Amino acid sequence: MTQYNKSEIENKKSKIGSEEGAVIKHDLKNAAATGDWRYMTPIVDKEKCTGCTTCMPFCPEASIIMKAYKSESTACLPAGRDKCDIDYDFCKGCGVCAAVCPAKAITMKKN
Amino acid sequence: MNKELTKNFASGHSACAGCAFPTIVRTILGESPDPVVISNATGCLEVTSTLYPYSAWKTPYIHSAFENASATISGVERAHKILSKKGKAAKKIKFVVFGGDGSTYDIGLQSLSGALERGHDFLYVVYDNGGYMNTGNQRSSATPYGAATETTPTGKESFGKVEMRKNMMEIVNAHHIKYAAQANVAYLSDLKKKAKKAFETDGPVFLSVFSPCTNNWKFPTSQYVNIAKLATETNFWPLYEIEDGKYKINWATEKPKELEEFLKTQGRFKHLFSEKNAPVLAEMKKIVKDEWQSLVNKTEE
Repeated sequence: MTQYNKSEIENKKSKIGSEEGAVIKHDLKNAAATGDWRYMTPIVDKEKCTGCTTCMPFCPEASIIMKAYKSESTACLPAGRDKCDIDYDFCKGCGVCAAVCPAKAITMKKN
Repeated sequence: MNKELTKNFASGHSACAGCAFPTIVRTILGESPDPVVISNATGCLEVTSTLYPYSAWKTPYIHSAFENASATISGVERAHKILSKKGKAAKKIKFVVFGGDGSTYDIGLQSLSGALERGHDFLYVVYDNGGYMNTGNQRSSATPYGAATETTPTGKESFGKVEMRKNMMEIVNAHHIKYAAQANVAYLSDLKKKAKKAFETDGPVFLSVFSPCTNNWKFPTSQYVNIAKLATETNFWPLYEIEDGKYKINWATEKPKELEEFLKTQGRFKHLFSEKNAPVLAEMKKIVKDEWQSLVNKTEE
């Protein structure tokens, strides 16, 4: 049987981090970077986006955030509304957002 | 990453691009007023959300086996009840089970039935994608008539699944539970309303949610919302709820769309449009029509 001294056990414990027994805690650092899967990238046209938030709950990765946007043209309506913004860290490029957008403000582009 | 949506279920899971169940999980858990404890049956959701050493779940989460997700949550719920009685657990907790149609209709039916009968205070959610999609599209008793799967292939002698779908809502309703509902991932406000009602109800509650599978139904990854919408618009997947045994339809139209519009979006029904399989298509339309009619009759009782 292999004998471990105390410091070795401590060392092992620190390696597995937050894990204790069979419980694995949520830690985003351990997540797979699913953004690597993407071969099509959604691009938001913020001038077209009406900020309706239709796309937000349908995104399987929850990658859509509503962000403040300042438009340079006056034609961009409605003013002062948060616009759709995509976080590409986990976006798998499925294209659901582009398919559900009622204003056709999201287009899919090949990487 | 959207912080509001990922309070319970984070990004970084490995579900296929364009999968429907992350939306279902987030929408339902978002309606819970209290912290939740999840028990999960084996299936796509379990496999993709718990890739070692990562867990996408920010809530307490248990997976034990395919057939006993409901039995597991029964034990947790009873333990919590006893602890609160002794004054050792002050918090109110909601108990939720997620299972696919394989673990609900087939493998876990006995444990679900037992938990419903014993009257534990929990919510059972089935995301119904009509087959064992995790292992490569084998037929389950939720697979619709005529669908091609790996175990019911289409060819010279066969046209896909020969049997009809199991009517799970009827089976669940036979346990005299207070609330059971059928929802669809494309109708999120309806799903939210049903989840809210489910969390407010004491005792066992059942939610059946339509969840298109991009990989094995064979459609482009971007289309799950549109296909789910068509399923309801063609009366293939009606939205209804059963409250204290009373049926209520939540969405209906005077002129339902033709069933073909839903079928032609998916590769698993491609063979139905050949001349040889015309009777199968006719039979399928008849099944959908009859089921809708029997549902309407139940609401009028």
